Amino acid sequence: MTATGLEAVRGATAPPPASDLMIQAVHLRKIFGPTSVLDDVSLELGAGHGVTLLGANGTGKTTLLRILATLVRPTGGSLRIAGVDAVKAPDTARGVIDLVGHGSWVYEDLTALENLRFWTTMGGHDAAPARLRTALESVELDTVADRRARTFSAGMKRRLALARVLLGRARLLLLDEPFTGLDRAGRKWLSEYLMSFKARGGAFVLATHSFDAGIGVADRVAILAGGRIALERPAAGLGLDDLRRLYDDLAMGAEAGS
Amino acid sequence: MSAYMRRAWIVVWKDVLSERRSKESLNALVFFSILLLFVFQFALGPERARVEAALPGLLWLGFILAGLLAFGRTFLVERENDCWEGLVLSPGDKSAIYLGKLAGNVLLMAVVEAVLLVLFAVFFGLDFTGVLPALCLVLALGTLGLAAVGTLFGAITAQLRARELLFPVLLLPAVVPILLGAVSATQSVILGQPLAEAAAWLKLLAAADLIYLVVGVLTFEFVLEG
Repeated sequence: MTATGLEAVRGATAPPPASDLMIQAVHLRKIFGPTSVLDDVSLELGAGHGVTLLGANGTGKTTLLRILATLVRPTGGSLRIAGVDAVKAPDTARGVIDLVGHGSWVYEDLTALENLRFWTTMGGHDAAPARLRTALESVELDTVADRRARTFSAGMKRRLALARVLLGRARLLLLDEPFTGLDRAGRKWLSEYLMSFKARGGAFVLATHSFDAGIGVADRVAILAGGRIALERPAAGLGLDDLRRLYDDLAMGAEAGS
Repeated sequence: MSAYMRRAWIVVWKDVLSERRSKESLNALVFFSILLLFVFQFALGPERARVEAALPGLLWLGFILAGLLAFGRTFLVERENDCWEGLVLSPGDKSAIYLGKLAGNVLLMAVVEAVLLVLFAVFFGLDFTGVLPALCLVLALGTLGLAAVGTLFGAITAQLRARELLFPVLLLPAVVPILLGAVSATQSVILGQPLAEAAAWLKLLAAADLIYLVVGVLTFEFVLEG
């Protein structure tokens, strides 16, 4: 993947008004039936920063991302996104959010270009074909722009989802396992894109099991265990071995204790 | 075109394009319609008077059964690859999505109804040409109402595990006024009576359409958000 034409894609729309604190989550709780998934999770994230969420399966990473994306209402606690109360006014908060979740939001019977046209129009952005093709070129899908998504591999669908993100105006990116399915070039491109996104004042929360990719792009690392943030610390100076040790102590320890 | 209309249009465009390529619903519905006609043919026999007396009911039975299959699938495509999430996170009035889905369903039903009419004409030796404009009006009003309530209930049940069971259970009682009006108006039209004779039924149909449309537009956002 290359960064060619990225500025052309981005430059077509004006950014929404800035707010320094992109996420202000305080004492978030989420209970599904008898199961407590998140318990007293607080998280702050400023513009121009990224945090990587680590944690064993079932510790609430995806639920936390879905709450931050306003797809799920928290059972308790408060959440402000870019200064907006995201629980009371989710529609307003959504104006600055984009999500790359487990699903790629791809319609199988549409081509790559048609998928982008659909989501860009739904997002209220400029869906000019040249702009869409530039986004596809950025994620190296330009040669298959007119092929149906049904024929794409999981990695290609992931790239298509990332092309959709390029065309939006998000200031807060929420990414759930974004490196899954991507080849080496794709992982490198995504890491570079996240760094440039931060440099432009964007913020991201990235949930992953990929320690090296996660630690490489984030300013902070948080480890979820037992529905709580068991550790949150700056990523700078944190080696991969240190992180693995911390993870084993916290995430795996909580799993063994539960 | 306003942003609202652009969103509604892009949903129609997406659904029609997907259906045109996959033909998943259309193939099933046309095949189902042919089967239904075979059943009717065996049940009624060759006697023309019996066929003509039962025709309005049979037509709408065919349409409603086809609708049950079509409307129930409307939002299933949105569950694939979590596209539903994208629709929820899209900015703006969510009723644009409802109107887009509704228009797609009306178009699909229009194709199925056209096929069914032709098949009825061929199987039973009927001639609709003289009453076609009036019949089209009745079909349009009836289909709009069916699709309005079917699209809404399709969205409500799409996220449920027992959707195949719940969808008809919810839909059928709700479409009783539409079926009453549509069958009676169709009867009047097929008998060659002037449209004024069916005015009361047409008004009932138009009123039901309006009510279901307004309810769909006003409640769709809550349905989508779950």
